Amino acid sequence: MTPHFGLAEFGFLLRGLQWTVLLTLVAFAGGCTAGLAVALLRTCGHKGVEWITRIYIGMFQGTPLLLQLFVVYYGLALTGLKLDAFVAVAIGFTVNASAFLGEIWRGAIQAVPRGQTEAAMALGLHYSSRMRDIVLPQAIRISLPATIGYLVQLIKGTSLAAIVGFIELARAGQIVSNQTFQPLLVFGVVGAMYFILCWPLSWWGSRMEARLALASQR
Amino acid sequence: MGYTLDFSVVWHAMPALLWGCVGTFALALAGMTLAMMIGVVGVAARDSKAALMRAIVIGFVEIVRNTPFLVQIFFLFFALPLIGLKLNPTATAIIALGVNGGAYAIEIIRGGVQSIHKGQVEAGYALGLHKGQVFRFIVLKPALRAIYPSLTGQFIMLTLTSSICSAVSAYELTSVAQRIESDTFRSFEVYFFVTFLYLAISWLLMLGFAVVSHRFFSYPTR
Repeated sequence: MTPHFGLAEFGFLLRGLQWTVLLTLVAFAGGCTAGLAVALLRTCGHKGVEWITRIYIGMFQGTPLLLQLFVVYYGLALTGLKLDAFVAVAIGFTVNASAFLGEIWRGAIQAVPRGQTEAAMALGLHYSSRMRDIVLPQAIRISLPATIGYLVQLIKGTSLAAIVGFIELARAGQIVSNQTFQPLLVFGVVGAMYFILCWPLSWWGSRMEARLALASQR
Repeated sequence: MGYTLDFSVVWHAMPALLWGCVGTFALALAGMTLAMMIGVVGVAARDSKAALMRAIVIGFVEIVRNTPFLVQIFFLFFALPLIGLKLNPTATAIIALGVNGGAYAIEIIRGGVQSIHKGQVEAGYALGLHKGQVFRFIVLKPALRAIYPSLTGQFIMLTLTSSICSAVSAYELTSVAQRIESDTFRSFEVYFFVTFLYLAISWLLMLGFAVVSHRFFSYPTR
């Protein structure tokens, strides 16, 4: 007997949603940390280092997220480490996030007026203080809309973990759809769940962008 | 342990992989064409006088931009037959890419149209240009130039997104790779190489777009 889409199925989707959120949070946290390093290396002033980080970023921008996941997933399996599927996909999304956030923050750091850095240098501040106290606080403000935009991308991107078999929201949807033969209802609900997650963020991001644009008009 | 990488499988599969690249490019091109058509119609509807039309377009854009492509393509895969469109996976993938890209194209084209000031058009008429000339030189070309970077970026994004169409087994590079993988069990080697094929595709596209931009749009703004 085929089950209908009922409370049990909805609960299964909700558990998938939990994994989607968790995966996003882990990847975003990891990506923020690694992305900051990428952004700082990308703007460090050393030609060679800047060039290498530029290629690093370009490789992630120029290839599909799905293939990046495959390479990390099967690459990690080759190392002989017995990693949980969650850990493997989380690592995949983290490296992707490090490149994209690194590029967003690279732009933001360079958008901070050069006079700020020069003034900080004139005051005798060394690199770490100059970055921590002067440049980064302003850069973060500038980069917020794009960072939120990437977060939405990341939430949507985690659906690709379904293709390597990790059970998050999209995979849960596939499973329930196969059980109930109600694909339209199931994927409609799954889509709505993603929408509820992403839309407020998108709205917040674009509102902030409008505000920043207004502020920079002065 | 003791796994040795063996890239010879990739070498043997090269013709199939290159045909996969052609498939990916064709899929992306067809998807982008549909996306542009949806974009142009969408912009007209987005700024129409009928409030319902505007609401539909805004809703469409928000829904598409805030849900994953994978879920969209699954939904369409099951929804299209219900409205009488029994299509093969590749055609389904084209429609999914077109619908997805269309939502982004609406925003991009709309930005381009809004970038043309009314005064420019009036100045054109004042200089004695007729309607066709005003449209061609004062509206179309500057608008195209304004949206060219986002539009070409969108095309590259769409090409990369098309890899997800392998989930409904449309004919493109990733599904070719998956078939080779299941024949040879050399997952890492195949996907590693295919990733670089995608990189080559996006670099070639970027190069081509830069050449076109240099040829048509390299005139001073002021």
